[in-house]
Amino acid sequence: MSLTDAFRRRTAPQLRVSNKFRSLPKSARWSIGAIIIAACYFTPYWPDVPVLGWIVNTPGTSFENVLTDQIMMFILVALGLNVVVGFAGLLDLGYVGFYAVGAYTTAVMTSGQFSWPWIAAMPLSILMAMIAGVVLGTPTLRLRGDYLAIVTLGFGEIIRITANNSDWLGGPRGINKIARPPSFGPFEFSVLNAKPYWYLGFTVILIVIFALTRLENSRVGRAWAAVREDEDAAELMGVNTFKFKLWAFAIGAAIGGLAGALYASKVGFINPDNFQLQLSILFLAAVVLGGTGSMYGVIMGGILVAWIPERFRGFDTRRYFVFGVVLVLVMVFRPQGIIPRRTAAAGISGKEESE
Amino acid sequence: MRDWLIYRTFWDLTVSGVALGLIYALIALGYTMVYGVLRLINFAHSEIFMVGTFGVLISLTQVFGINLFEDGEYPYRSGIALVMILIGSTVAAMVVSGAGAVVLERTAYRPLRGAGDTFGAVVLAFLTGLIASFLFTDSMMTNLMIAAVITGPLAVVYVRIFRKGRQAPRLAFLISAIGASMAMAEAGATWGRDERVMYKTPRVLEKKVLLNFYGADVRIDYVIVAFGAILMMTALLLFVNRTRLGRGIRAVAQDAETARILGVNVNSVILVTFLLGGAMAGGAAMMFTLVYDQTRFNIGFLLGVKSFTAAVLGGIGNIKGALLGGIVLGLAENYGSAIFGGQWKDVIAFIVLLVVLMFRPTGILGESLGKARV
Repeated sequence: MSLTDAFRRRTAPQLRVSNKFRSLPKSARWSIGAIIIAACYFTPYWPDVPVLGWIVNTPGTSFENVLTDQIMMFILVALGLNVVVGFAGLLDLGYVGFYAVGAYTTAVMTSGQFSWPWIAAMPLSILMAMIAGVVLGTPTLRLRGDYLAIVTLGFGEIIRITANNSDWLGGPRGINKIARPPSFGPFEFSVLNAKPYWYLGFTVILIVIFALTRLENSRVGRAWAAVREDEDAAELMGVNTFKFKLWAFAIGAAIGGLAGALYASKVGFINPDNFQLQLSILFLAAVVLGGTGSMYGVIMGGILVAWIPERFRGFDTRRYFVFGVVLVLVMVFRPQGIIPRRTAAAGISGKEESE
Repeated sequence: MRDWLIYRTFWDLTVSGVALGLIYALIALGYTMVYGVLRLINFAHSEIFMVGTFGVLISLTQVFGINLFEDGEYPYRSGIALVMILIGSTVAAMVVSGAGAVVLERTAYRPLRGAGDTFGAVVLAFLTGLIASFLFTDSMMTNLMIAAVITGPLAVVYVRIFRKGRQAPRLAFLISAIGASMAMAEAGATWGRDERVMYKTPRVLEKKVLLNFYGADVRIDYVIVAFGAILMMTALLLFVNRTRLGRGIRAVAQDAETARILGVNVNSVILVTFLLGGAMAGGAAMMFTLVYDQTRFNIGFLLGVKSFTAAVLGGIGNIKGALLGGIVLGLAENYGSAIFGGQWKDVIAFIVLLVVLMFRPTGILGESLGKARV
């Protein structure tokens, strides 16, 4: 088989679906989009739908809670990490650090000594995570590739250990009584009812997707792509690579912080064990599994990474074995991820792009 | 194990820091060599180490038939019997770890380079069958039988898919490594009758204090660790620098494509690299169990992260750098936890790394496997 054949065979199905969608009239595209979004808002009710319910339901745990505590968080985090890894091509193994900064900011500000309202703590959490991103990025973004990976991994651990060793952050016992979002109208945020959190979280996800799509197609997005494909060439062409890498870090961190803040206000209680190093690795797995750089891909990756271990809880102790093998199998048979980046063909062809 | 560190003296901290650092260094060699030839953070290397500690456990308890305690005492051995047991267990660990690394390479990495072969296809097919069988039954024997039946036909399919394979993007290797690492750790966790337990290994070596060095107790196990580590590293350096295969490794590390054009069999060089790295991890596993007398399924994770840090600290891809990085890290951790308290130990390790990388962005000795590279 010739090279072109191999290429066509690999990319054809994906292009076919998206091309078909693109060739529809605008009104049809809008209505399909609206139907999908509406259906997604009703996700908490999916387990009650006949066939779909059997597929998505998580035996042994409440699907609503899996949806809000796991799937929602993983989608947001995957979107944020995708900015760093997928758009700018920086390998970040300590993303859980930003998630923790967001969660802890909300926790500290709304419980105990400060008692801020939820609505005020939220922007502060995002801001703090962003600052953490800049603080980590400024000294380290001059490092390349895998050096950056190990340093960010260290950063994630430093955040966790600091939280563990600091009394004002609750130490190993953590912080409880974190404020919930204010209830309005029929939507009451409480321990017993997880649905409003999904409505809130899904709205946030939609806003983030919209913002990131605009960003990706802007001058910043093109600069990121240039840095990702060839940093030296980008620098020579006049792209201020350091500035744009720092932007990617800060924006990625902000989304991570937002996810952490939402998580903290959903579960109402956090401790350092919620932010283990393994979580960073799962975040990265979500991004690469779904398709690095592809927005819908990483959403799919986030859903799968969060949902598979819960769906197969019946496997009990073997579920992480299953998950590990599935990761290897997907990477062996579909290394670009489940839904690859549309322009992937140019970037990922050979090993030389690695530098 | 934490607080008492604070009260110990400088030389005491130095001796145990060097011993710990040498174990880091031996594991770091595996990371550094694989990174040199493949440019891959071999995340599953920590599990190769873990498998090695299980090899030691099996060798001591099953092959040599030593119980954890004999009449309420440690089962100390001496003289020629002790030497035989130590050498035998080291060989066992190196064989188990080396084999583990080879299987890992051919299953989880080689297909991603577009060079998948029958061996990898068979292992992957077996694993697919195994996880599919979990859907239907819980009995391990039935699972294995179902998997064995499925393996044959599925492997044929996989081999056909492999023929169309091509080079995967770099992150795919990393995720494959992470998946393999998870699967191996979980296999270790569910191995045996009791799950997720800490296994004590029989203490065959009486840990006598050999000499007193400015108030520091130099124990015999530390001395064995030091000699063993230096011996293994010297052997490795000689192998890489003096033999034909070693030249192949250096050639692939410098430029895989050119090496291939000039007639180096890149895939077999990579296999040898994994084998060597695995063997070093096996040696480290033996030394670890000698000092700490225990193992667990997740024992590799933190040690692996630290060892990789050590490799980066010294300059990744650099064999001497791994030694230096390991010792620097071991000492920094020990001194640091004496000064700031044991709970900050891991923070200190990473801050040392950060500071070193800020001033020397490619590690203390710079990156190279044999020779400087661009």
